[in-house]
Amino acid sequence: MTTKGAKALSDTQMADKDVLIDIFTRADLIMQSDIKFRKMIGAGQLQIVYYPVRGQEVVSSAMMAAVNQEDYLVTIYRGLHDQLAKGIPSKDLWAEFAGKMAGTCKGKGGPMHITHPETGVMVTTGIVGSGIPIANGLGLASQLDKDGKVTVCCFGDGATNIGAFHEGLNMAQVWKLPVIFLCQNNLYSEHTPMSFATSSETIKQRGDGLGMRSVRVNGNDASEMYAAAKEAVEYARAGNGPTLIEAMTFRFHGHLLGDTGHYIPEAEMEQALKDDPMPILRQQLLDIQVSEADIAAIEAKNKAIIDEAAQFALDAPYPPGDEYRIDVLDVEIAA
Amino acid sequence: MSDAPKEIMFAQACNMAMAKAMADDPKVILMGEDIADEQGGGVFKVTAGLSAQFGTDRVRSTPISEQAIVGAAVGSALVGYKPVAEIMLMNFITVAMDQIVNHAAKLRFMSGGQTSVPLTIRTTTGAGTGLGGQHSDMLEAWLAHVPGLKVVAASNPCDAYGLLYSSIMDPNPVIFIENTPTYFTKGPAPTPDHVVPLGLASVPREGSDISLITYSRGVGACHAVAEKLAGEGISCEVVDLRTIAPFDEETVLKSVAKTKAAVVVHEAVKNFGTGAEISSRIHEELFSELKAPVGRVGSGYAPVPFSPAIEKAWMFSEDDIEREIRKILG
Repeated sequence: MTTKGAKALSDTQMADKDVLIDIFTRADLIMQSDIKFRKMIGAGQLQIVYYPVRGQEVVSSAMMAAVNQEDYLVTIYRGLHDQLAKGIPSKDLWAEFAGKMAGTCKGKGGPMHITHPETGVMVTTGIVGSGIPIANGLGLASQLDKDGKVTVCCFGDGATNIGAFHEGLNMAQVWKLPVIFLCQNNLYSEHTPMSFATSSETIKQRGDGLGMRSVRVNGNDASEMYAAAKEAVEYARAGNGPTLIEAMTFRFHGHLLGDTGHYIPEAEMEQALKDDPMPILRQQLLDIQVSEADIAAIEAKNKAIIDEAAQFALDAPYPPGDEYRIDVLDVEIAA
Repeated sequence: MSDAPKEIMFAQACNMAMAKAMADDPKVILMGEDIADEQGGGVFKVTAGLSAQFGTDRVRSTPISEQAIVGAAVGSALVGYKPVAEIMLMNFITVAMDQIVNHAAKLRFMSGGQTSVPLTIRTTTGAGTGLGGQHSDMLEAWLAHVPGLKVVAASNPCDAYGLLYSSIMDPNPVIFIENTPTYFTKGPAPTPDHVVPLGLASVPREGSDISLITYSRGVGACHAVAEKLAGEGISCEVVDLRTIAPFDEETVLKSVAKTKAAVVVHEAVKNFGTGAEISSRIHEELFSELKAPVGRVGSGYAPVPFSPAIEKAWMFSEDDIEREIRKILG
């Protein structure tokens, strides 16, 4: 085991080889998917709103590598990385992004509202911060059922400025719910830098203030992020309650596709790109004797999955128009 | 049970319905501010005794955090629970509207039917007792406007029992509106297995000259006016919607097709109220048969005033109903 590099925010060791390969496999799928989505949208093949995730792949991948498929996930509209890392099959996900009947939600949710209970993805919300109170409800159900599940609730730094964050974390701590609040701190809430709109220096301080176990880690470092995730999961499964993880990361593109991110200072972006977690993780694999051929095979397999999913999404039929009358209530609404 | 009371109060009926639901289904849980016995069994005692009977895991007092309360109800409902969230007063739902409107109401649809949110939100409200502008609003029209939500309001203890039980067992999110000023009025007691299906209006008084379509506290007011006008030979039919959304169009239209005249009565502010929708539906279906346009009675275009003198002037009244009936029947 080698100790990690200078960027570490906490003292952790390199994760096991199998874990790092698992994290890389998920993260590469996310990275390639993000690139492909942006390319297809740019080429006019898909007309959808899209919130890029490039730069945040490792945070989700390390987090989801530390939980099981039956554990729950609540995430937000910038959620592609979380959803893929949690294991939603690419075909189902791509078809939903494209608004097709074969999508996870029959095309009725779209990119901002992905649900896939088979992989534990229970809610994707388009309202900043509002997943937090719902994650508590999932955690409450697990606590009452004693089923040992944990709920991972993802949100950004901007969400910590909305009331739901404070109400939700307070209740989770009071009730000791098995929820991991994963704040992916990419330093920008939409176009606004954290320094402009957030009173505390760190998000961790806010968790501390609520009496919650809170940690701040370099989310872009697979080993450090995984260690924090695993510890929080074990803490929750043991019945000790929630953890707030502030995972430092960065968003390489604008708030949504089409936003140039002009408000991000050049030097800040340059540094962030130098610290791109993906080549770093790839190099770490090489360093621990994963062969170039093995890594290339993972990348090729991911590419094939994505190519197939993208084509499937393009070819699949749209839902019939009167699908809008179904799933409003438990019974079909009359025409 | 021969010693069972023949009459019970509205608040008791709600308590009994929750007790029955909890006994019938271990997935029914309650949460809200001060609802457990240690905190007083609810500010109006509607949940009194339930935590003693079912434990504080299932009857949970919460922080004053309305969106966290409704969010916890939404989340637990997604995975098999039938939570009943108490939002102490209806004005406080404003704080939880994101959870109610964007999540409870929409998750079934947005998930393509993969998940559902079988929660009930109990909330109480009602003007006339000097609680002022933020503790007495009737906000049912906002909620009735949201696809995916059911909105229920009982007018008597027996219906409250049967409707609340149905609301808790319903696979959809339901807003159950209780009326604070009538919490402690008595009515005939239900039998333990009494159930009132959602979406079904009742006709507690039959008549031939005009239909008074109403719900909640409007039902008592309409009965009083109907009784008074009966002395003059005016025959009023009273339709109690019971479920406001989706409302029982069949019963409403059948009644108005018979009487050929109608007034919609509610305590909520008249402008953009549920009366507008109900009146409009009647016009769409029965316009050419009506003796006169459908009338509406509601409260004034102002926040609920504090001073009793202004509150009385602002609030819908039996006089307003009577005046509207006379106008329509000429």
